[in-house]
Amino acid sequence: MNLKLEDNGQVVLLQVKEERLDAHNSEQLKQELGRLFEEGKTRVVVDLKEVRFIDSSGLGALVSGFKNASSRQAGLKLSSLQSQVKSMFELTRLHRVFDIYTTVDEALEAF
Amino acid sequence: MKNTQIELQIKVPNQTRYLSLIGRISEELAAQLQNYNEDREALANHINVVLTEALVNAIRHANADNPDEEVEIRITVTDEELVLQVFDHGRGFDLNSISQTAKDSQDELEDHGRGLYIMRSLMDSVDYYPIKGGNVLEMHKQFR
Repeated sequence: MNLKLEDNGQVVLLQVKEERLDAHNSEQLKQELGRLFEEGKTRVVVDLKEVRFIDSSGLGALVSGFKNASSRQAGLKLSSLQSQVKSMFELTRLHRVFDIYTTVDEALEAF
Repeated sequence: MKNTQIELQIKVPNQTRYLSLIGRISEELAAQLQNYNEDREALANHINVVLTEALVNAIRHANADNPDEEVEIRITVTDEELVLQVFDHGRGFDLNSISQTAKDSQDELEDHGRGLYIMRSLMDSVDYYPIKGGNVLEMHKQFR
């Protein structure tokens, strides 16, 4: 899985550079989020701008990151959801769980 | 009599790397449907996601991640409905136990059963039953 990580010392920006976030690659995202929170990062934005498709495994990886963050008083925010990805969050009611922003800048500023 | 527009049969190895191939085929299929007047992009995504969920169930659970196994997908389009079937050759799994958990759970953060919930929400019916040498997960969606 192609993940791009930027850390400015305040916030970590994790960009998912994949068209699909599914059972084939979502485990890597789950592991990466786990590693970041384990390292003590407290503010993470996952940018989904390039993701056109998400399945229950992809949603599960983000939920795992959210739970991990919550248990450590850290924060995980999402940005730039494409319409079909957003519809999966709404279908599973996860849009009520996550802080979702239209752009990366808005998500970064929200911390 | 049902008038079949399209019937596709695809076999792929029991590996998740083939999910994107099946996803692309299913999205292309949505673009080709005749007499479909609703949102085609949404339909394309829905077929993609329900087939992905069904395939992952077959690959991971029914066929127990055995890379030497294979899964077969059959897509049938008639004037009235879309039928998606995913065949596995494995030990199967209990759809009802998953569905009961998903139904009972009020917690969005509960992982168990989210895939089945998605399939049930987007299709009119989802069934899983044994056939000779394996099982089939069968989904129907009526065109209205």
